[in-house]
Amino acid sequence: MKQFVIWVPLALFAVFLGIAATGLIAPRDSVIESQMIGEPVPQFALAPSLPGRPGLTSADLATGEPRLLNVFASWCVPCIAEAPQLMQLRRAGVAIDAIAIRDRPEDVAVFLSRYGDPYERIGADTDSRVQLSLGSSGVPETFVVDGQGIIRHQHIGDIRAEDVPALLAALEAAR
Amino acid sequence: MIAEAGLAALWFAAALCGLQLMFGIFAIRSGREDISSAVRPIAIVQGLLTAIAFAMLIWLFLRTDLSVELVAANSHSAKPWLYKFAGAWGNHEGSMLLWVAVLAVAGALVAIFEKRLREQTLIATLAAQAAIGLGFYAFLLFASNPFARLDPAPAQGQGLNPLLQDPGLAFHPPTLYLGYVGISVAFSFAVGALVTRDVDAAFARAMRPWVLGAWIFLTLGIAAGSYWAYYELGWGGWWFWDPVENASLMPWLAATALLHSVTVLATRDSLRAWTIMLAVVAFSMSMVGTFLVRSGVLTSVHAFAVDPQRGAFILGLLILYIGGALALYGLRIGTVREGKQFEPVSREGALVVNNLLLSAILGIVLVGTLYPLGVEAVTGEQLSVGPPYFNSTAGPLALVLVAVMAFGPLLRWRRDDWRALIGRVSLPILIAALALMVLVFLVSPIGILPMLGLILAAGIAAASLAPLWKRNLRRTPLFTYGMVIAHFGVGVALAGMAFESAFTEEVLVAARPGETYQVGPYSVRFDGTEPVAGPNWTAIEGRLSVTRGSGSAITMRPQARMFASPETETSEAAIRTAWNGQLYTVLGNGDSEGRWQLRLWWKPFVTFIWLGGALIALGGLLALIGRVRRERKAIARELYA
Repeated sequence: MKQFVIWVPLALFAVFLGIAATGLIAPRDSVIESQMIGEPVPQFALAPSLPGRPGLTSADLATGEPRLLNVFASWCVPCIAEAPQLMQLRRAGVAIDAIAIRDRPEDVAVFLSRYGDPYERIGADTDSRVQLSLGSSGVPETFVVDGQGIIRHQHIGDIRAEDVPALLAALEAAR
Repeated sequence: MIAEAGLAALWFAAALCGLQLMFGIFAIRSGREDISSAVRPIAIVQGLLTAIAFAMLIWLFLRTDLSVELVAANSHSAKPWLYKFAGAWGNHEGSMLLWVAVLAVAGALVAIFEKRLREQTLIATLAAQAAIGLGFYAFLLFASNPFARLDPAPAQGQGLNPLLQDPGLAFHPPTLYLGYVGISVAFSFAVGALVTRDVDAAFARAMRPWVLGAWIFLTLGIAAGSYWAYYELGWGGWWFWDPVENASLMPWLAATALLHSVTVLATRDSLRAWTIMLAVVAFSMSMVGTFLVRSGVLTSVHAFAVDPQRGAFILGLLILYIGGALALYGLRIGTVREGKQFEPVSREGALVVNNLLLSAILGIVLVGTLYPLGVEAVTGEQLSVGPPYFNSTAGPLALVLVAVMAFGPLLRWRRDDWRALIGRVSLPILIAALALMVLVFLVSPIGILPMLGLILAAGIAAASLAPLWKRNLRRTPLFTYGMVIAHFGVGVALAGMAFESAFTEEVLVAARPGETYQVGPYSVRFDGTEPVAGPNWTAIEGRLSVTRGSGSAITMRPQARMFASPETETSEAAIRTAWNGQLYTVLGNGDSEGRWQLRLWWKPFVTFIWLGGALIALGGLLALIGRVRRERKAIARELYA
């Protein structure tokens, strides 16, 4: 009995080593998968953000072809940074819709005239309710939605030039 | 040249360290005196060389020598000199150099000052210290060289993390490291004693001052770190159960237990195996803590060197040292003669309860800290363990511990009588009962833990003074005063914690200029904001007119700071300290309508937490001086006898 107790600390230390080694070997994965991946876009109907342009409903996203849904705002600096990449995607033939978060029509108009307008439809989400239901917590974020209106991919933060190929691949995979 | 000199000093020190280990082993095996007499000088020179290397690094930082990679990555010529100086250890490589320097200097101090330990055990101790040193020299020189050059040198450095640009950085890490790494001496003593099978009261008396010394610095380091986090992070909390805080708390818990068990061993020659175990555990906790912080296996505000390869290196060192020491313990402890037995109702009995409770708290903190890691290893799920776990498990045990602390010092060694004890503690119990009545009648309902905390704080403050009762105060030994002050400090700190958690008032508002808010005894008027600039930052500064009762208004200026290099925002709280608490103000973001987020806290008696910590350390210091003086006298007596 006494003999056994003496070795308990070493045994406990061995357990710690096992845990620590696993922790070291396991790859650091800093990407948190969204719970919304594989889920249909939640039901919503947003009024147009700009007069004379169409608003956005969830039905508009299930068109049989994959599309991008960009969550942005005119007051958001990273959104300016990603604007050229969105224009590039647009020129590559990607259909892009948008949700403008807590924004005013005149500000959105200025933003689009200054940094480019890649969008087909823009819905106004004045109280962030739709944004939250999408599982988006900030601006900008971009979703890949497939032809049936199911979310396939979520990009958090601005789209950098190096992110464009991955987004195109995700769109291709959603086909 | 300075960098090269530092690196050379480090290599020489490492070589001497290897020599110290070899000579030590050889001296113990052969028993040759000419070899064993070389070990002390080697240890001293080794300590000196690492101190020189560390001084070189500080010099490089003060000069902002950007051709050195570490300086370029962590400093900036526009930084105030204090942060250039302290920046030397505000990074992975520099802090590892500090680690090694403390380790080597601690060894040198043992070589210079230790006179009581049997020569063979001392040589074994220095050899053990060298064995630890060798691994960390290798880590420093091969995996974290602080003196690496950068060619070409950049025109400007990248600057220091703004959260670290605070006077706290100059004080907190070095103090903590002195304790954290200084406790390695206890570890080496234990290993030395296991090698020579020499565990007795004389060994304990030799080890005690070293444990005390490290423990004082550990206490100060933790208290300073807690206050730093409190005012710098701007969250108003003083303890977050962050993995790194736990990493410093665990060695402290083990060292506190060790401090008490070593007293039993020194006075009564009991608890031999247990004391050795604690000495091994205390420094093992320091090394485990270092691993957790540096490997990045746990995320934390302190994780500044997340590098799995370095983690693997440190893990290797842990296997070598902790595994080796525990294996040696298993093999040898059976052959160490058993110490004396004692009655359960006695000073020894109370100290055993103290040790069991401290070990249980240590176990709880260790499990809580490692649990997320364990769960991820088994199921892959990511989770974190927060304050609710620690508070509800460690909290009650800590309160029981404090209750035992009230009785312990009043018990006699060897054996005592319950009835006599109750006579001695009746006064503290009376005071605690009064505190309870006051709380129940005067105060609005508060949580059960703060309530118990306040009652116990009152009781322990009274009980801690009881050992001085009816004694000749001038003939009472200094270390008894040390114990009394340290235990009183626990009561003071506990009172601060209980007050803070029970009676803190918080006001969170979106304030327009001119609006007034009431928090605690203060009335706070928001006068607006102004931009201000410092040496390497700009800030929005809030202006608050604060009045208390009918007193005149003072201005408080919480800031939201923007640092240029690296680009970061920090929040500088403005704090007003009164005798009975602190007003803590934080300025948040502004909105488009001219309103500013303001967070105001009134924290009654919160300063008692750190005041208590300082008292605990002061008590330790008095005990250390008292013990060392008495040992000196004992040595002198032996010489003349």
